[in-house]
Amino acid sequence: MKVTRRQFVKGGVAAFTMTFAAPEFLSDLARAQGAHVRNLVVLYLSGGNDSLSMLVPYNDPFYTSRRPTLAIPAANVLQIGTDASKVALGLHPRLTGLKQIFDAGRLAFVQRTGYANQSRSHFQGTDIWSAADTNLTGSGLGWVGRYLDSLPSPVDPLIGWNTTSSLPHVLQAAHTPVPAIASPSSYAFSSPNSGAEATAERTTALHISSHVPVDRPELAFVYGSAQAAMATLDRVATVASYSPSVTYPNTGFGQALKAVSGAMAKSIGTKVFYVTTGGFDTHSAQNVNQTNGAYYGLMGTLNDGLLAFYNDLSNQGLLQDTLIVSFSEFGRRITENGSSGTDHGAASVMMVMGGKVNGGLYGTAPNLNGNDSKNPTLENSGGDVTFETDFRSVYAQIIDNWLGANSPSLLGGNFRKSGLSFI
Amino acid sequence: MAKGSSTRQIEHLLRRAGFGARPDEIDTYSALSIPAAVDTLLNYEEIADDVDTKIGQPGYVGMTVSGQFSPQSNITHARQRWLFRMVHSDRPLQEKMTLFWHNHFATGYTKIAGALGTTEGARYLAAKASEDPGQVRGQIEMLRDNALGNFRDILINIAKDTAMLVWLDGRTNTKAKPQENFGREIQELFTVGVGHYTEPDVYAAARVFTGWNLQRPGSATDGSQHYAYAYVAAQHDTTAKTFSFPIYSNGSATIPSRSATDGEQDGLDFINALAANPNTARYLAGKLWRFFVSEFHDPDPAFVDRVAATYFSSRYDMKAVMREVLLSTQFWDESTYFARYAMPVEFVVKALKDIGWRGFSVNDALTPLSNMGMVLYEPPDVSGWDFGQTWFSTGAMLSRMNFASQLANNQKFNLLTNARPYGKTSDALLSYVLDELTTAPMDSSVTNELSNYLKSTGAWSGSDAQIQSKTAGLMHLIAGSPEYQLQ
Repeated sequence: MKVTRRQFVKGGVAAFTMTFAAPEFLSDLARAQGAHVRNLVVLYLSGGNDSLSMLVPYNDPFYTSRRPTLAIPAANVLQIGTDASKVALGLHPRLTGLKQIFDAGRLAFVQRTGYANQSRSHFQGTDIWSAADTNLTGSGLGWVGRYLDSLPSPVDPLIGWNTTSSLPHVLQAAHTPVPAIASPSSYAFSSPNSGAEATAERTTALHISSHVPVDRPELAFVYGSAQAAMATLDRVATVASYSPSVTYPNTGFGQALKAVSGAMAKSIGTKVFYVTTGGFDTHSAQNVNQTNGAYYGLMGTLNDGLLAFYNDLSNQGLLQDTLIVSFSEFGRRITENGSSGTDHGAASVMMVMGGKVNGGLYGTAPNLNGNDSKNPTLENSGGDVTFETDFRSVYAQIIDNWLGANSPSLLGGNFRKSGLSFI
Repeated sequence: MAKGSSTRQIEHLLRRAGFGARPDEIDTYSALSIPAAVDTLLNYEEIADDVDTKIGQPGYVGMTVSGQFSPQSNITHARQRWLFRMVHSDRPLQEKMTLFWHNHFATGYTKIAGALGTTEGARYLAAKASEDPGQVRGQIEMLRDNALGNFRDILINIAKDTAMLVWLDGRTNTKAKPQENFGREIQELFTVGVGHYTEPDVYAAARVFTGWNLQRPGSATDGSQHYAYAYVAAQHDTTAKTFSFPIYSNGSATIPSRSATDGEQDGLDFINALAANPNTARYLAGKLWRFFVSEFHDPDPAFVDRVAATYFSSRYDMKAVMREVLLSTQFWDESTYFARYAMPVEFVVKALKDIGWRGFSVNDALTPLSNMGMVLYEPPDVSGWDFGQTWFSTGAMLSRMNFASQLANNQKFNLLTNARPYGKTSDALLSYVLDELTTAPMDSSVTNELSNYLKSTGAWSGSDAQIQSKTAGLMHLIAGSPEYQLQ
């Protein structure tokens, strides 16, 4: 059942009043309070990433036999070592940048992340990963939204920055709206007039936006957005003038990461960022090996964006303060389908990257032998990969050790797991 | 004003069953009682379907087209045409239902264009048979023709739709390697919904539709060649398929093994079963509640029951279902007025109808719509657009405010002409603009700010210059207000 987002608004009105009465000096206080929070970048790979094609168990004979057209030849993978179960692993050949970061010890792969009875539905799966709630019976808020809500108020209206044009579930909070700023340069206030008339309109819009309609929470939510927009215009404008130390790829993903590094470099106060790149729902013609193929292209976009970001942050001295975590709603079926693609599967790989990350291979690779009914790493009659690490354990590690918050209270349970010492 | 209907009620009806109200629409519908107004909306086949003939005529919203206007092969032209229809159609419910179905069977242009080319991508989504050299009828035109038609017929048409066969990979669904995508989504998203089918049902459904493929075009070079649905018997899995819910009226859950030649019937039997499934009726009723009655209130169980019952008693007739929806007590309960967030296209078209469209090109709304999170023919994924608060990220809210500014700027001259009689005092002007732009109730502190704004750059003189800039400013501030985003 789909989570209804109406629920959380009903409790949110009082909090709106408190948060958004903040005049200018409180914003400075808020920013000062944010100063000891580190940067978190949440990366969502939209569509269900076929992580078997990204982190490849290239010596497993069933990898080749179950994927006649999609398997990457062993000679082509970028070998990165063996995991705790002695399985040799390599990266997709296009991921040369991620290999560099892995070799520098700053990229961790957590294998076989997921949860029991994993949903193979895009929207239900994404809701579950976003809310960190496998039953979807809780508040319905995103796990990062709940983290933002836990910060002491007054909270900076720019504490979070969403680089897409609509609010993702993972950032939905009860009383912390996150601005959606896909393009800093177009994030400006227009007027049909100019000069003093335009200024008068802007002032009026600013005054109006601080109004809080009582007893109308759905309207109050829109007011919150308007107020957050007006309150963040000037600081976002400074990001538009950012000159990065590297050239970012001219993809939506690359430009979003540029905006993120710009916000960090300009110290505008944002600490939590959301970026996404899509196209991973590769049901047909997945073309893992062809240089102009769909999956090859996905790896290219991912690799080039993340490498530019990593290098830019490194050059700016921001890498030590930044942690990036990636997730996708599910991995994909082991055996390729009749359209040279893959169907929805279960467990997949999460990546964690950053200046303080202990890189490496965490968890164990699946054994892809679907004929062995006793193979504990597979499910669905050997069709899909079974999780080994609940995804919430990865979140817990980040919440406890990076954000300095309390994971059981944010995740509604104790998901701490030893051995996940990537941070 | 006819007995039994008020302006407030008619505006509510036209906001929900259409895209807001042009002045002539207010005139037409205000003369009718509520049941008569609803009947007029429902029986749109009695009104000429001539909106496309108005394209390019003076007095109508403009378009920007380089070269020949070809919505059947150019997706940007098709987007402009649909916006034109939303503004000027005299069959508002038909356009609104088409948008409802577009969101329901959410099929995205980019994947079709990537697979078949950009002109073919536009064709299989947007072409009208009358304008296409091969008489191709694109998916959205099929939905438009069946907007208040039979739901089972719509399902069959969708299962054989070229764009859908590309979108959910049906064209590669063969007995050797069944392709699950369509089999899953027809259950999860189009009919019974999550929780009312099992993973084995998905695999069985995939086998049901094996052989429901696409035929390659022939060798004609006059542009008439086109992809089309073809049942390929050799690719059909002829084994029996068993489901977790009944397929036949005798309760049997198994589609029997048939010969390959007769195997297309498997798909028709399965679609029959989905249409007849009680969960489908309830799922549709819930979606209709959210789109037509309220986003802010959970569906009223009595509403769901009655709409579901009508769905069955009418044998899946959407006109009967929509009559039930639009005449329901819940629809007319004042607590549901303004209980929806306007989608970006609803906001844009409402603003065009309220502020004016002379001299404006719908092409200039396309980028703002994209910034607000909605591109026609390009839903973000097969589950459609995410409604509700996800529309109101800050960037998207800023885009709405900026579109209001863009429109007010574009209409400055017309606004002055219309507002001049009301310009003697600032209060009179404010009343006039608040009347022109219907919003959810606005608190007095907000209207006080607007009143102050009128005098903030100097005493009120009522000069043309002042009326022009202040009217444009008011249109901007009010159409960009949070209250205007509710409908």
